[in-house]
Amino acid sequence: MYLVFAESQDNKYKKSSLEAISYAKAAAGGAGVAVFTIGSTDASELGQYGADKILQAASLTCSDPFVIAAALAEAANACGAKCIIISNNYAGKSIAPLLAVKLKAGVVSGVVALPNVDGDSMTVRKGCFSGKGFVEMKLNSVIKVLAITPNSYKIEINAGSGAVEAYTPQANVSQARTQQVELKKVTGKIPLTEAEVVVSGGRGWKGPENWGMVEELAAILGGATACSKPVSDMDWRPHEEHVGQTGITIKPNLYIATGISGAIQHQAGVSGSKVIVVINKDPEAPFFKIADYGIVGDVFEAMPKIIEAAKVWKAGNH
Amino acid sequence: MKILVCISQVPDTTTKISFADNNTKLNTAGVQFIINPYDELSLTRALELTEKLGGIVTVINVGLADSEANIRKALAIGATDAIRINSEPKDAYFVAEQIAAVAQSGGYELILTGRESIDYNSGLVGGLLAEMLNLPYVNVVCKLDVEGTTATCEHDIDGGREVVKCNLPCVLSAQKDLTEPRIPNMRGIMAARTKPLQVVEPQVVPILAEALTYELPASKGACKMLDVADAGKLIDLLHNEAKII
Repeated sequence: MYLVFAESQDNKYKKSSLEAISYAKAAAGGAGVAVFTIGSTDASELGQYGADKILQAASLTCSDPFVIAAALAEAANACGAKCIIISNNYAGKSIAPLLAVKLKAGVVSGVVALPNVDGDSMTVRKGCFSGKGFVEMKLNSVIKVLAITPNSYKIEINAGSGAVEAYTPQANVSQARTQQVELKKVTGKIPLTEAEVVVSGGRGWKGPENWGMVEELAAILGGATACSKPVSDMDWRPHEEHVGQTGITIKPNLYIATGISGAIQHQAGVSGSKVIVVINKDPEAPFFKIADYGIVGDVFEAMPKIIEAAKVWKAGNH
Repeated sequence: MKILVCISQVPDTTTKISFADNNTKLNTAGVQFIINPYDELSLTRALELTEKLGGIVTVINVGLADSEANIRKALAIGATDAIRINSEPKDAYFVAEQIAAVAQSGGYELILTGRESIDYNSGLVGGLLAEMLNLPYVNVVCKLDVEGTTATCEHDIDGGREVVKCNLPCVLSAQKDLTEPRIPNMRGIMAARTKPLQVVEPQVVPILAEALTYELPASKGACKMLDVADAGKLIDLLHNEAKII
């Protein structure tokens, strides 16, 4: 049995969780997929992605990773799970290692492909060197924990018919080791790691006051905004937007880099994108080497034309 | 207070990565190794805290003798002393078990790691350590303050930030914004030469995960260039040719 941890936010299951269930269904073969989830969001939709069984701890609402990992470990033991799948987002990154110790499980995070399973042994591919490479990891433990990179596996509708079962783990909020003092939620924005389209800006924009066009194009395409390291270092944009080797690694379907020359460290963070567009006035900018589409020119000249065309496209298609 | 800072050494961020021995390991020829940037942030914040509150900062590394230059650099930046666990850092679980064995009896009130190392990008060691030592864990910490026996951390969460409090001792992983890294000065470099660097032998533990082979990303095809006057055509190409929007 494979067990997936599914998360919801604002009464909706996260895209990364639906990806994780689809991934588990494909990886499990005939072994079956169970889902564990906390909170009261209606979980009945999860069956269609391949869940055979859905365990819902409706009254457990907390963000403490210990409580979630403890509850997840109980669920794993209850259904005899041999492999636990978690999304490698910030929450998943904190839960996966705690869970691995509780279950004495080998753990691989940043997984980007389905595993090769041979009896008890498993190999799985993960990103390494911040997007500059991949490594095939072999897991030697009986129980395994995999944290899957968002946007690495597509959501699939499967013939699963799992009904939701109420589940009450022993783990509860009183065991929390951290207490929330304040929540600073960014509303109405797509998380960068989950975005399918990312429009990114660099020093070519000359200052934070010029970010309107980056934001406008991202909004029209239904995407998120990102930035290069110098831009984040100069505080033109918040550090959460910094993609690259010392920022975050993303793999959207479409990455549009505007006014970014593409230093090797920046390329590392975005090279997993399916299609890369580079707009830069320097024809020698290294970014053109990994781009699919390139425009040599000033962002202030190119972007208004692209935004105009995007508006027309949007009006016609969506 | 006693703070333990876990450091690893990683290829410099400008490194062009290639692999050797039938793609079973990193080709280290010409590669400059540095202290993992996130670990350096942990170290600097630890120094700032002990300068304010008093105490000592110990750095710990799981690595062979070739990591001593970077350990000395951490001492030059300001750490009090250092421990090197004499082993190749195998997977995250192995590294965490080695550090936990030392930290268990060390009486550390704060154990800091980087959010992830920029070589394996796993981001696991902090959480593994916390659970092995039965301590609170907060990951991707952007702001950290300590008052009495309480740590207050602002950290990244999916879709925003959260401020949490936890009791010391605890394990925290550092994110950008925590502080600015320090550059060692000449006095620090001189002092580092004589600071204590203890070498301990590793525990024998089962290897739960291991790296088999490495691969570079597939190389890209040719880039299709558009004239800036026709920039608007991009949208049509993305829709009809790349079929990505």
